[in-house]
Amino acid sequence: MQLSRGARWGLRVATGLVLAFLYAPIVVIAIYAFNDRRTQQWPLEGVSTQWFDKAFHNQGVRDALWTSVQAGLGATAIALVLGTLAAFAVARYDFFGRESVSFLVVLPIALPGIVTGMALNSTFTEVLGVDLTLFTVIVGHATFCIVVVYNNAVARLRRTSTSFEEASADLGAHSWQTFRHVTFPQLRSALVAGALLAFALSFDEVIVTTFTAGDGETLPIWILDNLSRPNNLPVVNVVGVVVILLSIIPVYIATRLTSDPVQSAAPGGGGDKVAAAPVP
Amino acid sequence: MVAYLGSLAVLFVAAFWQLDTFTGQIVHEYSFSNFQTLWENDVYRQIVLRTVGIAAAVTVTDAIIAFPIAFYMAKVASPRARAALAVAVLMPLWASYLVKVYAWRTILAEDGILNWLLDPFGISRPGKGVIATWLVFSYLWLPYMILPIYAGLERIPNSLVDASGDLGGRPGMTFRRVILPLAFPAVVAGSIFTFSLTLGDYITPQLVSSKQFIGNVVYANVGVANNLPLAAAFATVPVVVMVLYLLVARRLGAFEQL
Repeated sequence: MQLSRGARWGLRVATGLVLAFLYAPIVVIAIYAFNDRRTQQWPLEGVSTQWFDKAFHNQGVRDALWTSVQAGLGATAIALVLGTLAAFAVARYDFFGRESVSFLVVLPIALPGIVTGMALNSTFTEVLGVDLTLFTVIVGHATFCIVVVYNNAVARLRRTSTSFEEASADLGAHSWQTFRHVTFPQLRSALVAGALLAFALSFDEVIVTTFTAGDGETLPIWILDNLSRPNNLPVVNVVGVVVILLSIIPVYIATRLTSDPVQSAAPGGGGDKVAAAPVP
Repeated sequence: MVAYLGSLAVLFVAAFWQLDTFTGQIVHEYSFSNFQTLWENDVYRQIVLRTVGIAAAVTVTDAIIAFPIAFYMAKVASPRARAALAVAVLMPLWASYLVKVYAWRTILAEDGILNWLLDPFGISRPGKGVIATWLVFSYLWLPYMILPIYAGLERIPNSLVDASGDLGGRPGMTFRRVILPLAFPAVVAGSIFTFSLTLGDYITPQLVSSKQFIGNVVYANVGVANNLPLAAAFATVPVVVMVLYLLVARRLGAFEQL
């Protein structure tokens, strides 16, 4: 498109400013993590790495990190199984209510997190009468992790043709062999990308977790609890930096695994035309 | 899935239950009294208006900020720069939500960076309030607006833009008469995210503002007051607003842009 030099430069500057705006708070927290004082004062008076050491040896942080990892892995595992099955059903078979499946899968993340959280909380405590434990957190996270796996798998299945599977069956493979040697290799990178995104989503989740967690804190809940304790803020800075790295790295790898980064990790999830957003 | 839908059903049924004010027990009798409370109580009505107002303000702000960068990505940048920019916009979206809000809290604090920057000019920071909430929400949901607009602009064929230029349309006119109408559904698609995410959030207001929003009231009624029925009734407000919003968005063709 023909644009004047001035317009080009204007757009370039605007782009730079928006990117600076997007990254500024993240950079600020990273700088604060090296603060050598306990008070959060700007400009910093000195630089040190002592809070990294303190955070590393903090038992609360370690427990919370372990809980988060367990919850993330559990939710990702459930999401992988159910998301892949739902994707196969929708992409490969025609059945009554097929259109509503993609809508239903998306619902947990289209609705506000507080609604999902309350709904799960009242079901667990009032209807089912189970105690809130790590297991309930995993189930809660799985509800919205399913959609990212589903979206990635469905987009890949729609792009791959079924003729390979038919050829495999014609050559005498039974359905499990076909899945193992033909379908799964085609799907693998989409599933890995979906799983990484699901883990990142679960690792970062606050709202549903507050409603489904018992005594065990996940890392975001630990951060939320400690925000009101000024003495712990230096450790929170360090934990914040670690959490950001732990959630950004899987997503970065996921964008490399799929051909179109925006399609795989964007709000809409896969190539499916659905309204969906990661739960913040 | 069944478990999830069941949970939602329980919640909406619960909106019609009552709380016995003497015993603090939930009475399973059905009535509209919770909704009546919402409608007649001035404080609640104000909170609903404030929340919807800030959601609208955030949406407009994000659309204005997002358009130039999305336009640069889609129509000016080279293909390689485009991919790099898309990832660069996407990454902050996945960085921990809570840490981002906390970072803003630090920036907006009394002895934070913003005051330090503004001090030479004699201006004071927005402090904890509606403006801080608006700023932080606009920051948080900005990538949700940039990405759909970028995708929408990318779909506009360059030949259309060139044709407008060949027919004598000056850049400003081409922008207003060709690009803007074609990109509008994408803006609406992005606004679905900015609007709905603002409606349901209670953590950001809690951390950077002292004002109440719908989410805070719901949370307070579940956690502190233990009045699940009223909370459930209040939670239906953003859901209803969103359903109406989605119906309008569908008419404007936003769904094809997602």
